[in-house]
Amino acid sequence: MSKKKKQETVEAVYHKKLIKRRKPNRSIAGDFFLYLFLVLVAVVMAFPIVYAVSNALKPLDELFKFPPKILAQNPTMDNFSDLFVTMGKSWVSFSRYLFNTVFITFAGTFGHLIVASMGAFVLAKYDFPGNRTFFKLVTVAMMFTGYVTQIPNYLILNKLGWIDTYWSIIIPAFASPMGLFLMKQFMEGLPTSLIEAAQIDGAGVWKVFTGIVMPNVKPAWMTLIIFSVQGLWNNKASTFIYSEEKKTLVYAMQQIQSGGIARTGQGAAVLVVLMVVPIAIFIFSESQILETMASSGLKD
Amino acid sequence: MKEYWKKYFVLRKHNTQVAWKKASKSKMCYLFLLPYALLFTLFYVAPVVISIFYSFTYYNILESPRFIFLQNYISLILEDDIFLIGLKNTFLIAVVTGPLGYIMSFLFAWLINELPRWVRSVAVVVFYAPSIAGNCYVIFSVFFRGDAYGYVNAFLMNLGIIDKPVLWFINPDYMLPICMLVILWMSLGTGFLSFVAGLQGVDRSQFEAGYMDGIKNRWQELWYITLPNMKPMLMFGAVMSITQAFGVCDVTMALCGYPSTDYAARTIVTHLFDYGFTRFEMGYACAIATILFLIMILCNKAIQSLLRRVGT
Repeated sequence: MSKKKKQETVEAVYHKKLIKRRKPNRSIAGDFFLYLFLVLVAVVMAFPIVYAVSNALKPLDELFKFPPKILAQNPTMDNFSDLFVTMGKSWVSFSRYLFNTVFITFAGTFGHLIVASMGAFVLAKYDFPGNRTFFKLVTVAMMFTGYVTQIPNYLILNKLGWIDTYWSIIIPAFASPMGLFLMKQFMEGLPTSLIEAAQIDGAGVWKVFTGIVMPNVKPAWMTLIIFSVQGLWNNKASTFIYSEEKKTLVYAMQQIQSGGIARTGQGAAVLVVLMVVPIAIFIFSESQILETMASSGLKD
Repeated sequence: MKEYWKKYFVLRKHNTQVAWKKASKSKMCYLFLLPYALLFTLFYVAPVVISIFYSFTYYNILESPRFIFLQNYISLILEDDIFLIGLKNTFLIAVVTGPLGYIMSFLFAWLINELPRWVRSVAVVVFYAPSIAGNCYVIFSVFFRGDAYGYVNAFLMNLGIIDKPVLWFINPDYMLPICMLVILWMSLGTGFLSFVAGLQGVDRSQFEAGYMDGIKNRWQELWYITLPNMKPMLMFGAVMSITQAFGVCDVTMALCGYPSTDYAARTIVTHLFDYGFTRFEMGYACAIATILFLIMILCNKAIQSLLRRVGT
C-alpha cells in the first residue's frame, strides 16, 4: 500500500515538472484563449446532461415552473420511486425487463469477447493465406451502418427461426467488426518473441492463446466489453422481438417516456437511468480504453 | 506471348501450391478464425449480398420475389420525390456534421492533450459522454419546445428578436439545422477517443527535434509533426464519422417525428424503415439499402485517398 502511494507521489512530482516545463514554442496569450474556448465548449457540452440529471431530481411543481431553474431547488428521488411504481404495475414486471436486458448484455458481450479475440489472435500473430483479405473485409464492414443490413438480417434470422428469441440479438452481436478490429490492432503490439518463446517450450496454439496472449491484452478486453455493453444495453430489440415479456428495459422505459405530460417526471428519470450505466462504465475503465485506442489506427 | 502466358501459369500454379501447403500447415489458425468468420459471413457479408439481390426484385415477404431488374432504382430516382428529399437531407447532414464533427473531435483531442493527466481524464468524459448517453438528446425537445414556455423561444422573445414562438420541430425551415446541432453535440465519439489516445503516443523526441529545426508556433508543430504521426488514427476517425453521418435517423425521428412535417426531416435510413418495416416492400427497401451502402463505401474510399496526402 505504502509503496503504491510513494509511486503515486513520485508520479505527481513528475507531472508538476511537466506542467512547469512549458514547450518553448507556445505563446501565453494563445494558451489562454485556447483554454478559455475549451472551457466554454465543455460547459456547452455538459449542459444538456447536467440539465437532464437535475430535471430528474426536481419535484413535479418545479418541473413545470416558469421561468425554469437549471438546478433543482429541493432535490428529491420521487421521480425514480414513481418510475419504480409504474414499472411494477406494468403487465410484464420490471424485474423481467431488467433480466432481459442484463441477460442479453451479458451473453452477447461474453460471446463477442471470446469469438472476436480468437479471430483477432490468429489474424494478428500468424501468417496464413487469406489472412489479409479477411481483415480487409472486416474493415470494409466497419464502413457501413447496421441499418443497411437490417432487412436481410431479419430474413436470415427468420430462416434460422430465431425471430422473437434472445438469440436474434445475442448472436449477431458476437460478430461486431469493431471489436475484432480493435482487438487485432492491440494484439499486434504484443512482442512476437513472447509467443515464439512459448512455442519453443512446447505450447500449442490454444495454450499460447489462453496462457500468453489473453492475460496480456486485458485493456483490450475492457474496451471490447464497453463497446459491446453500450450497444446491447441501448438495444431496443423492437424489430426482432415482439413478445412483450422478452423486450428490453430500454424499450419499456421509452414507452413510459412517451406517456406525455403526466409522465414528465418519470420521463426525466428514465433519461438518467438509461445514460448512467454506459457513462459509469466508461469512467471506470477510461484508462484501459484509451490504452487500446492508441493502437486503433487504420493502416493501409 | 505464348511463352509469357506459360510462365505466368507456372508461377500461379507454384503460388497456389505454396499457399495450399501453408494453409494445410496452419489448420489450427483456420479453426480459431472459424467461429468469427462464420458469424461475420452470416450477419455482415451475406446480408449485403442478399440486399443487392433483392434490390432487383419485387418482394413483399408473402409472395416469392419477382425479378424486375432495375425498376426499383428507376422509380427511386425518377418517381420517388420523398426519397430525393431524404437523399438531399442525408447529404446536407453528412456534409455539415461529418467534417465539422471530425474536425471538432481532432481539435478538442489536440487541445486537451497538453493538460495535466487528471484534467484530461475529466475532459475526455465530458466530451465523450453525449455520444454514449443513451437517448439523452431527447432533452433538446424541452429546450426547443414550440410554445412560449420553451426556453429558446422564451429567451428570444425576451430579447425581442422574435415576437411569437417558433415551432422549431414543426416548421421545416428549422428542423434540419436543429437536428444538425444535436448531432454535432453527439459527434465526439469513438474517433475522438482514438485521437486522444493517438496524440499521447506521438514520440516526444520528434517535438524536441522540431524546436531545433525552428518550428515557431503550435500550428506549425501541428501540421509538420503531429498530423503526419496521427495518420492511421485520422483514417480510423474518418471511417467512424462518415459511417455515423450517413446513418442519421434516431435523432431526426425522435425530435421531428416520424414521419415529419412535409417529410422535411426524412433521411435515407428513415425512408428505408418506412418501406422495410411499415410497408413491407422489401425489394424497394433493399434498393434503398444498397444505394446507402454504395454511398458510404465510396465516400470512405474517397476520404481515405484524400487523407493519405495529409502533411506531405
